[in-house]
Amino acid sequence: MAKPNMNPKKTPMPEQEPLVRNRNFEEVTLGYTDEMALEEAQRCLQCKHKPCVSGCPVNVRIPEFIQKIIEGDIEQAYHIITGTNSLPAVCGRVCPQESQCEAKCVRGIKNEPVGIGRLERYVADWYMKNKEREPVKTEPNGHKVAVVGAGPAGLTCAGDLNALGYSVTVFEALHTAGGVLMYGIPQFRLPKEIVEKEINVLKANGVEIQTDMVIGKVLSVDELFEMGYEAIFIGSGAGLPSFMNIPGEGLVGVFSANEFLTRINLMKAYKEGYDTPIIRPKSVAVCGGGNVAMDAARSAKRLGAEQVYIVYRRAEEQMPARLEEIHHAKEEEVILQLLTNPVAIHGNENGRVTDIECVKMELGEPDASGRQRPVEVKDSNFKIPVDCVVMAIGNSPNPLLTKSTEGLETNRHGCLVVNEETLETTREGVFAGGDAVTGAATVILAMGEGKKAAKSIDEYIKVKK
Amino acid sequence: MFTVLEKRRLNDSMTLMVVDAPFIAKKAQAGQFIILRVNEFGERIPLTIADYDREKGTITIIFQKVGKTTLLLDQLEEGEKILDFIGPLGTASHLEGYHKAAVIGGGAGCAIAYPQAKALHEMGAKVDMIAGFRNQDIVILEEEMRAASENLFVMTDDGSNGNKGFVTDALKKQIEAGVNYDLVIAIGPLPMMRAVCELTRPYAIKTIISMNPIMIDGTGMCGGCRVTVGGETKFACVDGPDFDGHLVDFDEAILRTRTYREDEGEATREYNCRLMEGAKNG
Repeated sequence: MAKPNMNPKKTPMPEQEPLVRNRNFEEVTLGYTDEMALEEAQRCLQCKHKPCVSGCPVNVRIPEFIQKIIEGDIEQAYHIITGTNSLPAVCGRVCPQESQCEAKCVRGIKNEPVGIGRLERYVADWYMKNKEREPVKTEPNGHKVAVVGAGPAGLTCAGDLNALGYSVTVFEALHTAGGVLMYGIPQFRLPKEIVEKEINVLKANGVEIQTDMVIGKVLSVDELFEMGYEAIFIGSGAGLPSFMNIPGEGLVGVFSANEFLTRINLMKAYKEGYDTPIIRPKSVAVCGGGNVAMDAARSAKRLGAEQVYIVYRRAEEQMPARLEEIHHAKEEEVILQLLTNPVAIHGNENGRVTDIECVKMELGEPDASGRQRPVEVKDSNFKIPVDCVVMAIGNSPNPLLTKSTEGLETNRHGCLVVNEETLETTREGVFAGGDAVTGAATVILAMGEGKKAAKSIDEYIKVKK
Repeated sequence: MFTVLEKRRLNDSMTLMVVDAPFIAKKAQAGQFIILRVNEFGERIPLTIADYDREKGTITIIFQKVGKTTLLLDQLEEGEKILDFIGPLGTASHLEGYHKAAVIGGGAGCAIAYPQAKALHEMGAKVDMIAGFRNQDIVILEEEMRAASENLFVMTDDGSNGNKGFVTDALKKQIEAGVNYDLVIAIGPLPMMRAVCELTRPYAIKTIISMNPIMIDGTGMCGGCRVTVGGETKFACVDGPDFDGHLVDFDEAILRTRTYREDEGEATREYNCRLMEGAKNG
């Protein structure tokens, strides 16, 4: 093996200039060139014990695909990745690698870890640009499985079962498959054309996707069994938005992040020629400190807002958003209004938002989870003038399906209760995974659960017959 | 894709369509609605299920041409297709156990009130129907409403049918004459529903209204349709659209429906201009 590249830092990835990109919806990061990818691939030490692989929820064979990049065989690198990951162009972009594969990278102990996500993205993009992916047809085994929800969990489960010979139908409530990849994560982080291409690969392989089908309303779980599906996977996500229950949330200009982002991403309200409207705010407060809050704030900038505030009740180090997202948001002149908690929203006589009233917070004693609990500073009320407020304080699972299905137990957060080993719910033959079980988490964790459920469903049906 | 099987213009501004949607027809109940998207650039709009036929697998919608999307929908001919048609959504109306009901429809709201009157009638309740229109020329579904009720009062704002006045005038007259309603259902523009609720409140007559807020997904994932009911936030698309009218915050609801008024006006003007150009060019 050639000597590895011992540069302590990751090969930088080119990106759009911050004050240019915060006025357009084009992708922020531009991806590696062939030369950059080769340079970064050579930073991998090809460890024998491969700690990075164990950090990946779907166990992509990381050193193997990186070795293929070094050998110049990108096509083979792609096949190695897709052996365990059905949406590589997506994962390379949106996975929190710093807490997964890259967190385990040996190079990361002293210096920056290998840019595994960037390399995965490079390989997937190269393949999409240069190759037609041949459909992989498997011999049908004569068994039918239904998947509820076409988000990352459902699509992964469907892809894996299809590869095993099952005839799989995915039922999706919205008019487009992809779940949060289509309606939640913005174009500038994850171009929708890429998601569509990855989904088309699954379709070409034989996965059937029926959109406009709200399971729980148009068909029940029992009816799916009657239609001959032998097992059902529920990957319906956590799409029910939380509000803060403070005065003024009914004013015009207050949105859940889900509504704000759905109008922009799924309905393309920002684009000329599309019918769905969106307000073009001048000054926006986004409440929350997670990735969704960052997405909403950065989208608001791109709609033309001059001041965009992230209003978060704890300190910056405690924000749950990815470091990279916070960094990008700051570069784009999003203002972090930290240790600040909203208490009311005020409006004018037309019912339109005029300002958000907040109190200052300070960090007190650590709570049960070890995080310092924010405590209100007395008489510290102040107002931020805004004409739009976006609530990004979290989502829980939508009760539509569980309300209409007998025997599906949920916990007090509305999450489906499953056997942790098999992901089987409290109803025989019904499995569940992703945010519907864990509450709002990450794309790759949902995919990992989709994989695990596919394995369990295969075993369940084999034993049954 | 969902085929338009039948299309009938009820008057200058209202159109009825029968759409092939067997899965939805199998499950639909009075009070539920669908969301549709006409084409790939289209927005998602909610429309109440005006009727369904489980055997034929069809859903009937009635819509008023009020803006770009409904104008676009009105252009579709029999045999043509609607891109997306999703339902049945919302919670079905609870109509059991009532004896004497007044069902009130305002303009296009009659298309939504009529199936409720029909359902109550079929459950054995005695139904008085009060239908309000601006003038006689735009009266719709008169025969159908008559068949579903004991008494039908058609009111016109201008008196062009001999019955001048608002729906509230007719309801007030009935209540004052001693008719004992145990249920009032009011469906129409928000100010009209509010006026009915204010009228029935002192008599403590249970009054159900059907809210019509802005919706996007219609499945409870965004809260765009939220309304304040009895001080609590409810999502009209899953908790409603029917609510106890005496508990609804109408002021807030009226302001919220005006969120996109300017965008809507512009979209409609642009669409009409393009139609005119099209007509000129060929």
